Amino acid sequence: MANFETMTINMGPQHPSTHGVLQLILELDGEIVRKATPHIGFLHRGVEKLAEHRTYHQVLPLTDRLDYLAPMHNNLGYVLAVEKLLGITDAIPERAQVVRVLLAELTRLKSHLVWLACHALDIGAMTVFIYCFREREHIMNFYEKISGARMTSNYFRVGGLSADLPAGLEQEIREFVNTMPGHINTYEGLLTGNKIWQKRIKDVGVISAEDAIDLGVTGPSLRGSGVDWDLRRDQPYSGYENYDFEVVVEDGCDTWARYIVRLKEMREACKIIHQALDKLKPGPILADAPKIVLPPKQATVNTIEGLIHHFKLISEGFKPEVGEVYVGVENPKGEVGYYLVSDGTPRPYRMKIRPASFINLQALPKMCEGSMIADVVAVIGTLDIVLGEIDR
Amino acid sequence: MNDLLISLVLILVKLGLILGVVLTMAAYLVLAERKILGRMQLRYGPNRIGPGGMLQPLCDVIKLLTKEDFVPGRADKWIFLFAPGLTALAALLSFAVVPFSPPLALFGREIPMVVCDLNIGLLYIFGLSSLAVYGVVLGGWASNSKYSLLGAMRGLAQLVSYELALGLALVPVVMSAKSFSLNAIVMAQADWPNLLRHPLAFIIFMISITAESKRTPFDMPEAENEIVAGYHTEYSGMRFGLFFVGEYINLVVIGAMTTVFFLGGWHGPFLPPVVWFILKVLFVAFLFIWARGSMPRPRYDQLMHFGWKVLIPLALLNVVVSGAISLAMNS
Repeated sequence: MANFETMTINMGPQHPSTHGVLQLILELDGEIVRKATPHIGFLHRGVEKLAEHRTYHQVLPLTDRLDYLAPMHNNLGYVLAVEKLLGITDAIPERAQVVRVLLAELTRLKSHLVWLACHALDIGAMTVFIYCFREREHIMNFYEKISGARMTSNYFRVGGLSADLPAGLEQEIREFVNTMPGHINTYEGLLTGNKIWQKRIKDVGVISAEDAIDLGVTGPSLRGSGVDWDLRRDQPYSGYENYDFEVVVEDGCDTWARYIVRLKEMREACKIIHQALDKLKPGPILADAPKIVLPPKQATVNTIEGLIHHFKLISEGFKPEVGEVYVGVENPKGEVGYYLVSDGTPRPYRMKIRPASFINLQALPKMCEGSMIADVVAVIGTLDIVLGEIDR
Repeated sequence: MNDLLISLVLILVKLGLILGVVLTMAAYLVLAERKILGRMQLRYGPNRIGPGGMLQPLCDVIKLLTKEDFVPGRADKWIFLFAPGLTALAALLSFAVVPFSPPLALFGREIPMVVCDLNIGLLYIFGLSSLAVYGVVLGGWASNSKYSLLGAMRGLAQLVSYELALGLALVPVVMSAKSFSLNAIVMAQADWPNLLRHPLAFIIFMISITAESKRTPFDMPEAENEIVAGYHTEYSGMRFGLFFVGEYINLVVIGAMTTVFFLGGWHGPFLPPVVWFILKVLFVAFLFIWARGSMPRPRYDQLMHFGWKVLIPLALLNVVVSGAISLAMNS
């Protein structure tokens, strides 16, 4: 028997479908992948360390830049963690809670749209890519109206929201979400029934439920392996327990199952957005906690208490009790968790982020082994990784 | 002597015409593809240069010509330089046997509207398309790059396997025309096109020719999402341009082949034959562009399986069945 050599190939960090700056060292036997080794770190910015030198409020913009396709979710996880540290979780007003859920689900829609776009493009269906970006554009416009920024929203605040929703936006969101099921049908029309698409993603990137759990895979990738686990239902936050939605689970364990899960999740997200819009009532958007949330501008300039609070919060920040918390939220890509340690100063002693993409990426070598190069691309797409979150 | 001279001049004129028309068509197909795809994908496509972007191909050519012609350090230089020309050349040469109109009577002479009406025209086209594989393989091999090599291997395997199905799909066409000459094949379709006579052969032909021409959905040899740009990863400037333009010349050739073999060539009511011919070619080209806008890409091994396990047996069966039918109808 001849001794065949394998060919080692650098896939990335400059490669069209590694979703940013992921590098994969592939050992190839012809076109078959014998071993895939992800190399990461090209986008490392040291977010966790930076957080140690900022007040709790100043950390918030850093979190936008983790999973930059779902910034609202990152914000949400962080503010929930700080609120838990401060013990004001129950003091968040109803309107702020509902808006948080509303925007979290819009963000889920946005993130899944990018996933579908890139996944389809990687497999060669480039029209779907642009269709998805058309819908994403609407959500970006909502972002812009809400927060002024299209990507890095930095909208949620410890204790509530930075500002109320602009007038008329609810109606716009409702109209957009009403059109969404039709758009999803269009994507499905281009992909789901297509034999080539089915052949490309069925039985590709298989990972069993046990392996997925062992590797710490979360989110749609886990639910595609038949594990019924969703933090929105199992550890509800921001009032998710009051919404009626289905946790989508598929048993296929392959890329097809994950495709179905995410598509159905997009439809579920639309349902949740409708419910949130129905629940949305006028009311305060910030908790009644003057030592933590910034006073309104009127109070700052007109009252001595407001001025003092403003001065103290801006120049020093609030000081949580000594302690540590962990809060995980169901990001579109999986569980994103914030572990905060407070030493009683206005700055976190340590912030550890549990990123969804980083841990999901661990499954990649297992899912790729023995498959072909073309499947590697499909697997990267189905894991829905964001390098900003992997490298932090 | 005089006769020979006139024939020679005529052939040169026809060559010049074909070269001009085909190259222009190829350049404008690039533009058409970008514009049509753009419309399908909610974009405008190129619309800045000239009215409606009509001068875009010109600018592209100028850009490609003025770019550095780079040869990677460890490439096999001469083969690397030679390969792109081969692809474009093979595609252009195929046009020599394509008849685009019935013979024209001019000054009492009958001028056939084809450069050379070879009696083995069909085989000639096959020969050239096999030759075009060399451009891909040599280019990919000589680049001395891993992605290029992968692309070249894919291209080689794909082209060789689909050539078989392609050839078999055309056997019924040859049977009903009783000739390998493209002129005779068109003549045989005077009453109805082969598309209606051999629909299965047409479908097999279209699928194989897509694979043969490396067009989406069978563009694995240059699948940018997997292997960067496949066999032409390392090419730049006009050498890349030759690969690129070769692909679009190929698209014209495919359109012409489909028209000649299945759509009745220049036959058609009301309009002059040449117009019918060009319209049909453009229609086929549009079909290919449309497919690119709507299809994902299969995996390379799936493509091979499909070729060997489905298309070739089906084409063989088609040969037997259409042979039996024509035999029964003749007796």
